[in-house]
Amino acid sequence: MAERSESEEVKLLGMWASPFSRRIEIALTLKGVSYEFSEEDITNKSSLLLQLNPVYKMIPVLVHNGKPISESLVILEYIDETWRDNPILPQDPYEKAMARFWAKFVDEQIYVTAMKVVGKIGEERDAVVEATRDLLMFLEKELVGKDFFGGRSLGFVDIVATLVAFWLMRTEEIVGVKVVPVDKFPEIHRWVKNLLGNDVIKKCIPPEDEHLQYIRARMEKLNVKSA
Amino acid sequence: MAEEVVLLDFWASMFGMRTRIALEEKRVTYDYRAEDLWNKSSLLLEMNPVHKKIPVLIHNGKPVCESLIQIEYIDETWPDKNSLLPSDPYKRAHAKFWADFIDKKVNVTARRIWAAKGEEQEAAKEFIEILKTLESELGDKKYFGDETFGYVDIALIGFYSWFGVYEKFGNISIESECSKLIAWAKRCLDRESVAKTLPESEKVATFVSDCRKKLGLE
Repeated sequence: MAERSESEEVKLLGMWASPFSRRIEIALTLKGVSYEFSEEDITNKSSLLLQLNPVYKMIPVLVHNGKPISESLVILEYIDETWRDNPILPQDPYEKAMARFWAKFVDEQIYVTAMKVVGKIGEERDAVVEATRDLLMFLEKELVGKDFFGGRSLGFVDIVATLVAFWLMRTEEIVGVKVVPVDKFPEIHRWVKNLLGNDVIKKCIPPEDEHLQYIRARMEKLNVKSA
Repeated sequence: MAEEVVLLDFWASMFGMRTRIALEEKRVTYDYRAEDLWNKSSLLLEMNPVHKKIPVLIHNGKPVCESLIQIEYIDETWPDKNSLLPSDPYKRAHAKFWADFIDKKVNVTARRIWAAKGEEQEAAKEFIEILKTLESELGDKKYFGDETFGYVDIALIGFYSWFGVYEKFGNISIESECSKLIAWAKRCLDRESVAKTLPESEKVATFVSDCRKKLGLE
């Protein structure tokens, strides 16, 4: 299908190690949309970022023909509605509602809880790990009988849940806690393998070695013990 | 086609109010079932096992949870009357951004005014700042949706019935700090869907008093 117009300008202000930024790159790449990527230093935010997202001053920000959109889930839906090839969200209103529900669950429940694992030790950490696993169990059950959350192919929830596959699970190595053991979460592990079989995902996630190095460095800064 | 719409809700919930307003705007007939939040029904626990919260919209036996998701579902399922979201993708994104802002900021801060000891003043100050940000987004528009009452208006208006509570415990006057927002709220109350849905401030005040006793704050 032809691109909308030759003069279409798509710019993404993002950060290479951010799951929220990477999910936008996945969506744009899935849709075959060319974009200009602008790497932000989140410790020294550009005046452009502050101007385009004055409310949160955070990446990612998508700029389409000069107009900014912030908040990754909002951006994903905008991308899906604007470039109609390879739909990310289901058409059926009920299926769509379920996709939105699980995406919100990943961002507002799993992410928030899992973040607390870092920097905690002993019993406190055990409690957070337990809480994270309880939440992940819901995702585990959702995957039964499916290759992806989206069914036979990648969808909205898969893109959002890359946060679990390539951030939460990569951090395990470094903090030395198997939050998502394969014996308890066989479906999630199977799903991660399926993700890694997808060219767009492979292209758009941060390269593993650099990513692990980055996470280690951040933990050191926060004075967290690495495994 | 026999259509069954059930809403599990609680009268004072500003989130439940959103769904009720959306259903009213679309003239959808539904069965309202009041939940006792201290003794949740087995239906609620079955229909929302993840959060165990109201509101839960059940359409032909299938549950939709989370109030903003419910509004979008309602808009997409009954598209003929009163569009709640714009059709242009950029305007839609703009509306979703602000509704999400309301979800992230308003209740979390507002709750601290009446439900947390010693935080009232600080929380009230933050709350006013949040309202001012919203007021600035409203600008001179009739509604957040511009000429049309919609998604962002619905996301915020339920909190108006709680303003008396925030003013009392936060020792603030929302009218004097955010008069444009109050004017907007009054315009919304002119709509039947809102007037029917929002409870009386006094009723909310009594309910909060009871909550505070239960929490040991009074």
